[in-house]
Amino acid sequence: MQKASVLLFLAWVCFLFYAGIALFTSGFLLTRLELTNHSSCQEPPGPGSLPWGSQGKPGACWMASRFSRVVLVLIDALRFDFAQPQHSHVPGEPLVSLPFLGKLSSLQRILEIQPHHARLYRSQVDPPTTTMQRLKALTTGSLPTFIDAGSNFASHAIVEDNLIKQLTSAGRRVVFMGDDTWKDLFPGAFSKAFFFPSFNVRDLDTVDNGILEHLYPTMDSGEWDVLIAHFLGVDHCGHKHGPHHPEMAKKLSQMDQVIQGLVERLENDTLLVVAGDHGMTTNGDHGGDSELEVSAALFLYSPTALFPSTPPEEPDVIPQVSLVPTLALLLGLPIPFGNIGEVMTELFSGGEDSQPHSSALAQASALHLNARQVSRFLHTYSAATQDLQAKELHQLQNLFSKASADYQWLLQSPKGAEATLPTVIAELQQFLRGARAMCIESWARFSLVRMAGGAALLAASCFICLLASQWAISPGFPFRPLLLIPVAWGLVGAIAYAGLLGTIELKLDLVLLGAVAAVSSFLPFLWKAWAGWGSKRPLATLFPFPGPVLLLLLFRLAVFFSDSFVVAEARATPFLLGSFVLLLVVQLHWEGQLLPPKLLTMPRLGTSATTNPPRHNGAYALRLGIGLLLCTRLAGLFHRCPEETPVCHSSPWLSPLASMVGGRAKNLWYGTCVAALVALLAAVRLWLRRYGNLKSPEPPMLFVRWGLPLMALGTAAYWALASGADEAPPRLRALVSGASMVLPRAVAGLAASGLALLLWKPVTVLVKAGAGAPRTRTVLTPFSGPPTSQADLDYVVPQIYRHMQEEFRGRLERTKSQGPLTVAAYQLGSVYSAAMVTALTLLAFPLLLLHAERISLVFLLLFLQSFLLLHLLAAGIPITTPGPFTVPWQAVSAWALMATQTFYSTGHQPVFPAIHWHAAFVGFPEGHGSCTWLPALLVGANTFASHLLFAVGCPLLLLWPFLCESQGLRKRQQPPGNEADGRVRPEEEEEPLMEMRLRDAPHHFHAALLQLGLKYLFILGIQILACALAASILRRHLMVWKVFAPKFIFEAVGFIVSSVGLLLGIALVMRVDGAVSSWFRQLFLAQQR
Amino acid sequence: MKDTDIKRLLYTHLLCIFSIILSVFIPSLFLENFSILETHLTWLCICSGFVTAVNLVLYLVVKPNTSSKRSSLSHKGTRFLKCCIYFLTSCFSFHVIFILYGAPLIELALETFLFALILSAFTTVPCLCLLGPNLKAWLRVFSRNGVTSIWENSLQITTISSFVGAWLGALPIPLDWERPWQVWPISCTLGATFGYVAGLVISPLWIYWNRKQLTYKNN
Repeated sequence: MQKASVLLFLAWVCFLFYAGIALFTSGFLLTRLELTNHSSCQEPPGPGSLPWGSQGKPGACWMASRFSRVVLVLIDALRFDFAQPQHSHVPGEPLVSLPFLGKLSSLQRILEIQPHHARLYRSQVDPPTTTMQRLKALTTGSLPTFIDAGSNFASHAIVEDNLIKQLTSAGRRVVFMGDDTWKDLFPGAFSKAFFFPSFNVRDLDTVDNGILEHLYPTMDSGEWDVLIAHFLGVDHCGHKHGPHHPEMAKKLSQMDQVIQGLVERLENDTLLVVAGDHGMTTNGDHGGDSELEVSAALFLYSPTALFPSTPPEEPDVIPQVSLVPTLALLLGLPIPFGNIGEVMTELFSGGEDSQPHSSALAQASALHLNARQVSRFLHTYSAATQDLQAKELHQLQNLFSKASADYQWLLQSPKGAEATLPTVIAELQQFLRGARAMCIESWARFSLVRMAGGAALLAASCFICLLASQWAISPGFPFRPLLLIPVAWGLVGAIAYAGLLGTIELKLDLVLLGAVAAVSSFLPFLWKAWAGWGSKRPLATLFPFPGPVLLLLLFRLAVFFSDSFVVAEARATPFLLGSFVLLLVVQLHWEGQLLPPKLLTMPRLGTSATTNPPRHNGAYALRLGIGLLLCTRLAGLFHRCPEETPVCHSSPWLSPLASMVGGRAKNLWYGTCVAALVALLAAVRLWLRRYGNLKSPEPPMLFVRWGLPLMALGTAAYWALASGADEAPPRLRALVSGASMVLPRAVAGLAASGLALLLWKPVTVLVKAGAGAPRTRTVLTPFSGPPTSQADLDYVVPQIYRHMQEEFRGRLERTKSQGPLTVAAYQLGSVYSAAMVTALTLLAFPLLLLHAERISLVFLLLFLQSFLLLHLLAAGIPITTPGPFTVPWQAVSAWALMATQTFYSTGHQPVFPAIHWHAAFVGFPEGHGSCTWLPALLVGANTFASHLLFAVGCPLLLLWPFLCESQGLRKRQQPPGNEADGRVRPEEEEEPLMEMRLRDAPHHFHAALLQLGLKYLFILGIQILACALAASILRRHLMVWKVFAPKFIFEAVGFIVSSVGLLLGIALVMRVDGAVSSWFRQLFLAQQR
Repeated sequence: MKDTDIKRLLYTHLLCIFSIILSVFIPSLFLENFSILETHLTWLCICSGFVTAVNLVLYLVVKPNTSSKRSSLSHKGTRFLKCCIYFLTSCFSFHVIFILYGAPLIELALETFLFALILSAFTTVPCLCLLGPNLKAWLRVFSRNGVTSIWENSLQITTISSFVGAWLGALPIPLDWERPWQVWPISCTLGATFGYVAGLVISPLWIYWNRKQLTYKNN
C-alpha cells in the first residue's frame, strides 16, 4: 500500500508541475488571431474609389491585370547565394569553388542578356523558417506565429484569405505539382494537382522527377492560368548531405535546366517567378533565424520588358511577403485581406519605354491600394483584439490619412504633381513599413496574468518538493492523509470550477481547469504540512544544501537568464560538472576520508600503509574523479554548435556515416562504432557477472546473455546498411531497403520483449536449495559458510538474507530431527541494481539506434561516466544501517547535470533546426504516410534520450552505496591479520548485506525512494522555473524567440520526459521489491513443506 | 608572541602584493607597448617570476618553519631539485586539468601552459617554500583541522582563494560583451591574481579576528 502511495504522491507532484508549465505556456507562447475576412473584387479596400475605374475591364479587379498567367517555381531552401551570379573572377583572387555556387547559370545569363526583363532579389524571410510557415506567408502575406512551428507534422488548411483562394474565386485555373504540404493547406483549391510525399528527407529525387514528368506537358497543354511547381530536392539534399556536398551541385544544375526549359516555353503574357521559401544553414538545416536561413532567392522574369532600369550591381533586399500583393495586383486580383506586405513598386512602372511621370503615378496608385488594404486590415484586426498598441496604431492611421489625402490631391490637380509624387510614394511606403514593423512587434502577445500564475505554480511545486523531501525521511511522515486529502480537494476544486463554468456557459479551458485543480490541492497540503511539521521545526532546516553545492546550483540557475550562457550551455555544463566532481573529491579529502593517500606517496611513505585504512583510499577517489573529467571532456568532443557562434565548428562526428565520402575512413569509423557497441555490451555483462547476477537462470538474465548480443548484431547490421545504402548494387536495393526497415523494428521489439521479461520476473538470483547439506551439518548457521563450490568463489559474492537466517534458525531447531534444510541464495545483494542496469541497457539500445552511428561512442561514455560518478558519490555516502537512508543533494544535482551534459554531447541543441529529423525514418525508410504521432515519438525519443535514461536510472543513486559495500569489505579482507579487521564483527565481514539492508527497513526504503524522487523533481523543477522566469522577465529581449523560448520549450518537454522516466524507474524498483517479497514468501512456503 | 607572528605574516603578504603591483609597472619602463591585456603572456611570465622570487626571498629571510634537521649541501641540493620537479609536475598537471575542464587541446597550448605556470606560482611555490617537497604535509594542511601554524593557515586561505578566483575567472568567457579580457586565458589569470591578492589580504585579517578561537597543535 505504501508503495502505491509513494508513486501516487510523486505523480501528484508531477501533475502540479505540469499544470504550472501548461499555464505558463498558454500565456507565453504568442498567438495571433486569424481573421477569416476576405477581400473581394467588388468591394474596394476602405472608402474611396478604385483607380482608373478599372472595374469595367474584363479580368481586372482592383487594378488592371498585367499578366494573365504566372508560373511560380518554388525551390525549397533556395538560399540567396545559390542563385547569386558569379562574376568572372578577378585575376589574383583565389577562385572559390563550392558545390552550390554559380550552378544556376541560366539566371545569370538572362540577367545579362535581358536586363529589363528579369530581376533577382534577396528576399528577407521572417522566422520561423519552416516550409509550412513560409507557404502560409507566401500566400496570405501575413506573419506566421511561433507556435505554428511545431505543427509542421500535421499542417492544417489555411483559413485566412490567400492568393490561391482569390485565384479560384476569380475563376482562374490553378495547377499544382510538388510538395504535398499544399494539399493540406489548400484542400480542393487546385484545378489539377500532382502531389508527392514531402516528409521523406532522404529521398532527393521522387518529388522533382514527378514534377518534371508533368511540368512541360501541362505547360504545353495550356489548361492553366497559374502553374505552381514546388521542388523539394534542394532542401532534402541540404538535410541529407548539407550544401557542401557534390550532390547539391547536381541538384542545382537540375533546377537550372528546369528554369531554362521554362524560359523557352514562356509566352508574352506570362510571368515567371522562381523563389526559395527559405535558406539553409551551413549544415543544411533550417527553422531558425540565422542570416543564412532567412535569405532566400527571388527571381522574376517576363518575356516582355518589365523594368524601367537595369538591375543594380547588388540585388535589392525585399521582405518575402512583398511577393503577395505584387502578384495579386499584377494578376488583377484583390490583395488578400490579411496581407501586410508592400508591393514591389518597380514592377508597376510599365516597362522600359514608359514616361517617368506616368510610371511613378502607376507606382503610387499600386502603393495606395496596398496601403488602403493594410489600413483596412489593421482597423479590422484592432477591433477584434487588443493586440496592437493603440498609440502606434493611432500614429500609423494619421500617417495613412495624410498620405491618402496627398494622393487624392495629386490625382485631382496634376499640376506640380511631379514634385509631390516622390513624397507621396515615400509616405505610403513609410506607412506600409511601419505597419509591418508594428505587427512583428506586437504579435509577441503575452498574457502576463497566466505567465505569473504559471511561474507561481511552478515555484509552489518546487517548494512542495523541498518541504516533502525534507519531511519524507522523518518517521512520522503521514503518507496516506497527505496524499489523499490534496487529491480529493483538487478533484473537488476542478469539479466546482467546471460546474461554475457550466452554469455561466463559458468554454471550458483545460489549462485553467488543471491550474485550479493544482491550486485547490496545493493549499490543503500546505495547511496539513504547516499543522504537522512547520510548527515544530524551524524553517532553516528547509535549506539543507551544503554551501558549495548551493553556489553551483545558483550559478546553474543564473545561466538561464543570460542568452550567451544558454547558447554556451553545451560548454558550461561540462565545466560545472567538472567543478562538481572536483568538489566531491576535495570534500572527501577535506573530511579526511581520503587520508593517507597510499599511492600518491608511494615511494617514501610505504611504511604508512599499516595505519588504519579509511573506507576508500585516496587514489581510488582521485582516479574516479580524473576518469570522470576525462570522460566528460571526451564526450564534449561530440559538440554541435548553435548557429549564433560563427567561430565554433560543429564536430564532424555527429553526421551519419552515410554522408562520408572516403571509403577507408568510413570503414574505420564503422569498425569503431561497432567496437563501442561491443564494449558497451561487454561492460554491462561484466558488471552483471561481477555481482553474480549473470549466473541466474531467470529469463531476464538469459535474455541478457543471448538477446543483447542479438540486439547489438542487429544494430551493427543496420548501421552497415544505412551507411552504405547508396553504394548497394541495384539488384540488392529492394533487399537493403527491406532490411533497413526490419532491423530497427526487430531491435526495438527485442528490447521491448526484454523489458517485459524483466517486469515479469525481476528477481535475478541463483538459488541452490539443499546443495550443501553435508557441509552445513558441521556449521551451525547454514548461511555463514563460503560458497558451495570453489569455482563460485571467483566471481560470486555469497549473499544471505539475515531475516531468513533468523526465521529459519527457529524452524531449524524445531525440525532438526528431520535433517537440516538449507538454501543458498546468491546475488540478492544486487538484485535491485541488476534489474535497473538491465532495464537501462535495454532502453539504451533502441535509443542508440535512433542516433547517428558515431553517437554510440557517446553512449559508451555515458554509461562509463555514470558508473564512475555513482562510485564517486558512493564513496562519500555513509551507510546508515538501520536507516533512514538519504541521497545527498550533491548526488542528485550532479546526476541532473550529467543528464544535461549528455543531451548536448549526443549532438542536440535546444533550438528547433537542430532536432534530428532523421530519427523519424529509422525503421520507416518510406515515411509514415498520414500517421503523425509515431514520427513525433521517434524524434522525441531521439531528442530526449539522455533525459529518459538518467531519469530512469535515478534510483541507482540510492542503491549504489549499498552495492559498494561489498567492495569495501573485500578490500578490507585483502590484508589478512590486520588488526583493524579483527575488530570487525565476523558476521558483518562475511555477509555484506548490500541492498538487502534496504529490504530490512521497508519503511525507510520507501521514504528514501520518495525523497530521491522529490529531490530529482526539485532540481529539474527549479531549472524549468528559472527558464520560465527568464523567458517572462526577458520577454522583450532581442533573443527571446531565438534563445529563451526554444530553451523553455525544450526544458519543459525534457521535464515531462524526465518525470515520466523517474516514475517508471521508481516503479521498477518497487516491482523488484514486490517480486523479492513474493520470492521470499515462496521460499518460506517451500521450506515449510 | 602570536601578535608579532601575525604582524610578520601581514608584512610578508604586503610584500607579495607589492611584487604583483611592481610586475604591472616595472616592465613598462623597459618594454615598449607593454600592457597587461595586449602583451598578456609577457606579463604572465614576469608576474609569476616576481611572485616566485619574492616567495623564495621571504622564505629565506623569515624562515617560518625551523624544522630542517639536516643541512648538508647535498641534502639542500636534492631538496631544491625535488622542488623544481614538483613545480614542473604541478604546472603540467594544472595544464591537464585545464584541458579536462574544457580548454582547447592544441590551439593556445602556450597560453594554457602559462596560465598553469602562474597558478603554480600562486599555489605550489608557497607550498614548496613552507612545507617543502612533502606531499603528505600538503595533504594534511588541506584537510579539516590539519593546519598547525598561522603560516599554514594563511597558506590554506591564499591557495584556496587563488583557485576560486581562477574558477570564477572562467565564468565571464561565454558572455557576449566582446571585451579584450574575455579571451582565454586572460580572465582566468586575472581571476587567479585577484583571488591570490584577496587571499593575501584576507588571511592575516581573518587570523587576527579569530585569534582567540585558533589553537594549533604545535603552539
